[in-house]
Amino acid sequence: MAETGFVAKEKINILLEALSKKFHVYVPTLEEEVVLFKIFDPEKTLCLTRPANLAPKAVIFPQGDALFTFDFHKDTEDPKKVSVELKENLEFAPTIIFGCRPCDAQGFRIYDRVYVEIDTPDPYYKGRRAKTTVMTLVCNAPFPGCFCTSVGRGPADKDGSDLIMTELEKGYFFEPITEKGKEILKESGFEDGSPYREEAKKAQEKVSSAVRKPFASVDGLPEKILSLFDNDQFWEREAAKCISCGACTYLCPTCYCFNITDEQVSRRGERIRSWDACMFFHFTLEASSHNPRPFKHQRLKNRVGHKFSYYPSKYAGTIACCGCGRCIRYCPVSVDISEIVAHAQGVQG
Amino acid sequence: MTLEMLREVVRNVLPQVDVVIGYRQGFDPLHATPCFITKPEQVDELIWNPLCVQNLCSYLPFLNKKVGVIVKGCDSRTIVQYMQEKLIRRENVKVIGIPCRGVISVNKVIRAVNHQVVEEVKFEGEKLVVRTSEGEKALPLSDVSPGKCQTCQLPTPLQADHLVGEPIQSDKPREKVFEDIREFEKKSLEERRKYWEKEFDRCIRCYACRNACPLCVCQDRCIAESRDPHWVSQRANLTEKFMFHMIHGLHLAGRCIGCGECERVCPMEIPVARIKKKIGMELKELFDYIPGINPDDTPPMYTFKVEEAKIKEHEL
Repeated sequence: MAETGFVAKEKINILLEALSKKFHVYVPTLEEEVVLFKIFDPEKTLCLTRPANLAPKAVIFPQGDALFTFDFHKDTEDPKKVSVELKENLEFAPTIIFGCRPCDAQGFRIYDRVYVEIDTPDPYYKGRRAKTTVMTLVCNAPFPGCFCTSVGRGPADKDGSDLIMTELEKGYFFEPITEKGKEILKESGFEDGSPYREEAKKAQEKVSSAVRKPFASVDGLPEKILSLFDNDQFWEREAAKCISCGACTYLCPTCYCFNITDEQVSRRGERIRSWDACMFFHFTLEASSHNPRPFKHQRLKNRVGHKFSYYPSKYAGTIACCGCGRCIRYCPVSVDISEIVAHAQGVQG
Repeated sequence: MTLEMLREVVRNVLPQVDVVIGYRQGFDPLHATPCFITKPEQVDELIWNPLCVQNLCSYLPFLNKKVGVIVKGCDSRTIVQYMQEKLIRRENVKVIGIPCRGVISVNKVIRAVNHQVVEEVKFEGEKLVVRTSEGEKALPLSDVSPGKCQTCQLPTPLQADHLVGEPIQSDKPREKVFEDIREFEKKSLEERRKYWEKEFDRCIRCYACRNACPLCVCQDRCIAESRDPHWVSQRANLTEKFMFHMIHGLHLAGRCIGCGECERVCPMEIPVARIKKKIGMELKELFDYIPGINPDDTPPMYTFKVEEAKIKEHEL
């Protein structure tokens, strides 16, 4: 077996059709004007020319995941006795995420530390993650808002990917990173990639310097952000224009907070784990009606703080932002998290 | 109107208020972003051009301060609606009105340059000149403006304590305002159902449409997130998404001033303003009422008449 693979551009659909026989293959698909990760459908348009609007996180971390169903049964002999029947499904299909970007793949590494690499792993996330192969497309140009190099990452980073693919003049060069990636290369549809290795290397190196650098480094950043915790004036200024919606968090490849609700009709229902967003008032609303973060500047502080201070303090300095720029690009009022970080770095003292 | 005229007005208004809300350049050449000016030295950050898309009035009900705000013609209807609903104290707001010749739809510009990264934007008369790695492209503003500008009836703000520049009269025919809705309604019911199912399927319920809406004043108390009453669940399915958008539309019946913010901010590019516009059209036909025009009006859903000219209730 060849160590690397190559697929001509015109044969990508043939490859995806072949992979679809064994896997659920999610590809960036053009839906009207928006690019979303959808199950591969040869009738639809595959879009590899720009990052998807929505990170592929929903493939492994669905927006509304039914953890289990419940069904209450009354004892016909003694109606006071009620039993509950629970059913969960932890069988997950082999899945491929094809054509996500390095930032998207790195998002899963941010989740892994929280959901897998702990004493009590999350069975739903862990199950799907184990069954999913991430085939990442190296970026060939930065996109508006991108700043991956500022957070110590890059447009050809391998972290979180099982296999990376690089667009060349005539096709895509595939390079396995993990065992799962090597397995994929055994599937039909790949030519030997070794003649293209040099061309791919050059293409990968080219982009990095073109990415904008809103701040020079993340050295000392977790401490700096934490030192501003009580500086309400700073956060009020940065959050003044924020409208406190959830677009930034829902589009983000690293936001993983969730809500749990029981959605019941009559005696049956489901326990749903759904995406939550720290920008919402309800995020920290307590049953007592007290809310420790009633103001939007406190919530924006949490979003920035979590990514650039609390998470790295807990996980060996890893910044929980991959610089994909989606929160900047699609923010209704162009709140720019990279600018907030730069401003924080500029605060004296 | 020149930018310097605007900055001069803002400099004069600033001492009378706690903050002036205007626009500055955003993260790239294609985006403006709201700026909150509290110091005279910030005034030079102000910009004014067709990138200035946001409806800045939306912040007013939440600011318990004296505020100066820059408004376009369409935005000014927000002020009127707030006055009707007593959501602002008009004396606490200094309205800096600008007669507006139209803004851009960022999404339309991005499509027009085939999603190439925009490196520079220039405004030359009625054209937007956009530079990408493939060179310069001149786009007529009328091709890349949002629908609301293409049928704009109110280029000059209805409310303005300071009007910067000469008033402009609309040159757009009034009868075309609802033309797109009438056109859409020629589709069969089944076609429209399919259309909306496809559109709403993309909704991620980020509530950007709701939070950007100047008249969605429930905000943190929205029924879409309430558990009691429990009208909308957390299931990520089409039914729930549909339900939320119907709630949004109906709560704006007779109140939506058509600023189009809901649609502009949607990260999934769902044409949600069309729902509100359709309801607005029905309200216009039923009550002969246009929201956000006269501060002394009562929105039709806020009142009750025993006899309505166009509702034949008694004949039932």
